[in-house]
Amino acid sequence: MRPQGIGRYSGQRSTSFNDLSCEAGKEVLTPVRPDSAVPVPVDASPAPGAPTPSPSRTVLSASDISRALRRVAHEILEHNKGGTDLVILGIPSRGVVLAQRLAAVMESVEGKPVPVGALDVTMHRDDLRRQPTRSPRHTDIPGGGIDDKVVVLVDDVLYSGRTVRAALDALSDLGRPRAVRLAVLVDRGHRELPIRADHVGKNLPTSSAERVSVRLSEHDGVEDQVTIAGGESR
Amino acid sequence: MTIALSREATTRHTRRHLLSSADLDRAQVREILDTAAEMHGVQQREVKKLPTLRGRTVVNLFFEDSTRTRSSFEIAGKWLSADVINISGKGSSTSKGESLRDTVLTVAAMGVDALVIRHHASGAAQQVSQWVDAHVVNAGDGTHEHPTQALLDAYTMERRLGDLEGRHVAIVGDLTHSRVVRSNLITLRTLGVRVTLVAPPTLMPSGIGPWAAAEGFALSNDFDAVLPTVDAVMMLRVQRERMSGGFFPTPREYTVGYGLTRPRLDVLMAANPDAVICHPGPMNRGLEISPDAADAAASLVLDQVSAGVAVRMSVLYHLLAGGEGEDS
Repeated sequence: MRPQGIGRYSGQRSTSFNDLSCEAGKEVLTPVRPDSAVPVPVDASPAPGAPTPSPSRTVLSASDISRALRRVAHEILEHNKGGTDLVILGIPSRGVVLAQRLAAVMESVEGKPVPVGALDVTMHRDDLRRQPTRSPRHTDIPGGGIDDKVVVLVDDVLYSGRTVRAALDALSDLGRPRAVRLAVLVDRGHRELPIRADHVGKNLPTSSAERVSVRLSEHDGVEDQVTIAGGESR
Repeated sequence: MTIALSREATTRHTRRHLLSSADLDRAQVREILDTAAEMHGVQQREVKKLPTLRGRTVVNLFFEDSTRTRSSFEIAGKWLSADVINISGKGSSTSKGESLRDTVLTVAAMGVDALVIRHHASGAAQQVSQWVDAHVVNAGDGTHEHPTQALLDAYTMERRLGDLEGRHVAIVGDLTHSRVVRSNLITLRTLGVRVTLVAPPTLMPSGIGPWAAAEGFALSNDFDAVLPTVDAVMMLRVQRERMSGGFFPTPREYTVGYGLTRPRLDVLMAANPDAVICHPGPMNRGLEISPDAADAAASLVLDQVSAGVAVRMSVLYHLLAGGEGEDS
């Protein structure tokens, strides 16, 4: 037998790596594949052992995503009256990709680069004890820091709001921004905390039994798309 | 990266502790080192505290003297917001004659989450892990193992040298009494590193030949022959407290044969300008390592200490952060 010391995560990690769900690996309350190691909350179907056969449907295509991101980028710039003092921080993993895309659009609009980075929230999550250990991802704060800047947090899906809460905590350890804003590609509702996005690519009313999957070409190697799977047809 | 573990082979008991470097397969070592890199980033911050282990208690139970290991475990725990308590063998009830088992059970009864233990008896950590529910981390047991030291050595070398696969590392010195050597050997082999153990014949552990043949590492009595071929040389401390057996005639003779002297430093640097020097500390300057070598640009001795905190944060994180029994 192979002795295993710190290995509790190793068996499960592969599940969340391969799981293309935007939320798997982030939100514990997301309904997940029944065979996944991430615990499924009581109020979320499907029950373990009962796979959901319902097909997924695409709700945002590649061009929809591109248009939404361009609009969000313009909104951020408009709201901030330009690109001054902006720092765009993506929440790993797909939030980082989206942050880079937003920053690229802003740069093409403003003509100068907007600082972009990544903010890992793993160590600040409130659900660490409820699931197998996961490794922290990379945090990359642009050289200018975040003090007195306007930080725009970027994530792919806004759901319970717990990831964003963890991100706000993580930010406060890194400095004191003048303001923090939140931009998400999809807001699917079901908030558990008083958190609201400032910029939303698409509001997507869902049932909590459904699963929203975001795929981005840089991250997943497939064409951009947002799909919904599972749950009862509404 | 392949995660090659079969979950069937995993019992809950063994996964809760870090007792031996052999507990970790390559993916797990990778995971710990990658997490350590993120923890290292935290060390550079103004606010070095993460809330991750808030409400967890870590007890450092040290029955042997230690400065860097104990303090780095203490700092690691504190930076992760765990409550850390230090108990040393001296001045505790052990000196009144209490057995290890009773001491450990007493401490565990207070409700600790992790026990970091150093003990002069080989296998002490393994034994303790069978007595208590808490996670046990082996911080050095006799001449057996010191897994976190091996992890931090690998981490430090990797930061300087890049990927260690296929690199050549020589571990030089008192192989018989060093617990660092076994752990390092295992971890480095796990990472695909070529390892050569160098020692005078008297300090070469008896019966190591078959292990070397089976595990694929080399043995040598000739430091000068090995030196020009390595990417890293790891000097082990000559443990004066264990040197009563007449292992070498005089310290001077040891230095001439196996010390990293100034001339040897020059040979190493000429052969491989990127080569690095490690020493787990504490160093005996002038015995196994010359001051020139200890303070050379190639020396990673202080990097090892700073990496020690990051690696131990990573280890505590991976042992303690996840839920209990969530994966059963």
